Amino acid sequence: MTYRDAVREALRKALRSDGRVFLMGEDVGRYGGCYAVSKGLLAEFGPERIRDTPLSESAFVGAGVGAALGGMRPIVEIMTVNFSLLALDQILNNAATLLHMSGGQFNVPLVIRMATGGGRQLAAQHSHSLEGWYAHIPGLKVLTPATLEDAHGMLLAALEDPDPVLIFENALLYNMDGELPESAGAVDIAHASVRRQGRDISVITYGMSLWKSLEAARVLAEKGIETEVVDLRTLRPLDDRTLVDSISRTHRALIVDEGWRSGGISAELSARLTEQAFYELDAPVQRLCGAEVPMPYAAHMEQAAIPQVATIMASVEGMVRSHG
Amino acid sequence: MTDRDHRIELLRQMLFIRRFEEKCAELYTQQKIRGFLHLYIGEEAVGVGVMQAILPEDAIVSTYREHGHALARGMSAGSIMAEMFGKQEGCSRGRGGSMHLFDAKLRFYGGNAVVGGGLPVAVGLALADKMQNRSSVTCSFFGDGAVAEGEFHECMNLASLWKLPVLFVCENNRYAMGTRLEFSHSVTDLTKKAGGYCVPAREVDGMDVLAVEDAAKSAAEFVHSGKGPFFLECRTYRFRAHSMYDPELYRDKAEVEEWKKRDPIPALIHRIEEDGGGLDVAGLEKRVAKEINDAIAFAEAGTWEPVQDLLRFVYSEKPA
Repeated sequence: MTYRDAVREALRKALRSDGRVFLMGEDVGRYGGCYAVSKGLLAEFGPERIRDTPLSESAFVGAGVGAALGGMRPIVEIMTVNFSLLALDQILNNAATLLHMSGGQFNVPLVIRMATGGGRQLAAQHSHSLEGWYAHIPGLKVLTPATLEDAHGMLLAALEDPDPVLIFENALLYNMDGELPESAGAVDIAHASVRRQGRDISVITYGMSLWKSLEAARVLAEKGIETEVVDLRTLRPLDDRTLVDSISRTHRALIVDEGWRSGGISAELSARLTEQAFYELDAPVQRLCGAEVPMPYAAHMEQAAIPQVATIMASVEGMVRSHG
Repeated sequence: MTDRDHRIELLRQMLFIRRFEEKCAELYTQQKIRGFLHLYIGEEAVGVGVMQAILPEDAIVSTYREHGHALARGMSAGSIMAEMFGKQEGCSRGRGGSMHLFDAKLRFYGGNAVVGGGLPVAVGLALADKMQNRSSVTCSFFGDGAVAEGEFHECMNLASLWKLPVLFVCENNRYAMGTRLEFSHSVTDLTKKAGGYCVPAREVDGMDVLAVEDAAKSAAEFVHSGKGPFFLECRTYRFRAHSMYDPELYRDKAEVEEWKKRDPIPALIHRIEEDGGGLDVAGLEKRVAKEINDAIAFAEAGTWEPVQDLLRFVYSEKPA
């Protein structure tokens, strides 16, 4: 089973078990989803519940807000995070805000899924990692599943949530193979997860960078460096406790994020660690981020713009060796 | 209710909105009300007329110039005034203010203060009703300014494509804040835009409450019948400035005076009197004044939400 299958399985479960759930977005039906996530669902659930929309991001995301207010449990798919900017008014000014503006009267149980991330030579309008921007917004929950279990279980958890939840699926993960236990269901969305334990340094990351960080940690172990890898899983709200606990054990932190460095989620994480665990640190918190450039097309340039196993290893080694 | 009684009721509602907002302006200068305050004065016939066609189970999505819509929908004047005072007894607990009046019980989904931003929400509410086999209509108010927004065009297309029960009510007061229709739209007959989406449309004199009521009822009937959305353009005029900050440099006083001659309130008084039977306008004014004073007293007596509650209503609270 792939990550894609895991998301589809969750969609299928939700559509089967709750008549209020429906999926809408560009090409989710007849085309089968631009990343084939919803392939086959139209035949199974029909066009009322698997709705192809016009290319009108603001209208169909806002319609998701309205449908949620009207008692449905819409799942809106946006092709890619860059396109979500066309619906930013609806996401920020309505979905995230209505509960508060109405003094608690109108919650918006809306789930929005979208692809994120670079690495596929799709250049500067299809490759960015803007999930950190969304994590800036009170009223939203921002999930970044990296594993099959999370891809599946976070969607189910999001549907149980009374408030708007955004799920960012790194497009490079869709083909990733793995196992999903028969009993898999909704998962906790409030906590980060230590994916590998190690005593020398904590690498804090999420999404596609998790797998690069784990690979870096595996190779570094052969060189005698024990790297702890923490998967944030949820960018809003952040689970400060798990992060602080981790660096209280390792005393060093490297944040790895495909997003841009300036004003990004990595800056937020760094600030929190410094605020909350300054005296646990043996070295300054370091960040390895996406280069501050619109994503270039040429493969070698794009690869250089994104954190890679080699650059993660170099950063870790630099931190561990120079601050021994 | 006889025809005559009904007309007197329409008059009472328009008069109430007029006097209520005149008080709001006063209270604004006294700094009881702060923030942006957009008055509906001059446009009352639209809200009151349209609301006659809206049933209790229907939904309403409004704009930032929504006091008239909220009052015509039956929201309590006290809760609206308290909201503008910023008191927790306000309809949005003082979290919204003048531009964000909400009432779940009346399916009043707010004052939306981003031009065009309410339209997608209205489309979604209609979609939810349709998917759940409810026969409700969602009434979406917006102005001529919103018709220039992409969201208007996306929503007309989507609502028509999916045959959704949306009554689009365009309150064309000829100005997008300070930019006159001719400077905003390549096509100034806004009903023509609906044609591009196969949405039936008509315009109506928005200064004539009876004409608006009539047009809204047939429009709502069309929408209720399941044939899809309808676009109703109400041609109206705002007598006051866009907001309390607006020095009105963009229009002639003479133009305003010309439109004031078509004030919907004296016009209706005239019609009722013409039909005979006498009309106690002074008595009506007195009742309205008392209710408004009660609303102000309610707002004055209201309380401030404790500051320690600041972070509430960002996420849903688990039921205790």
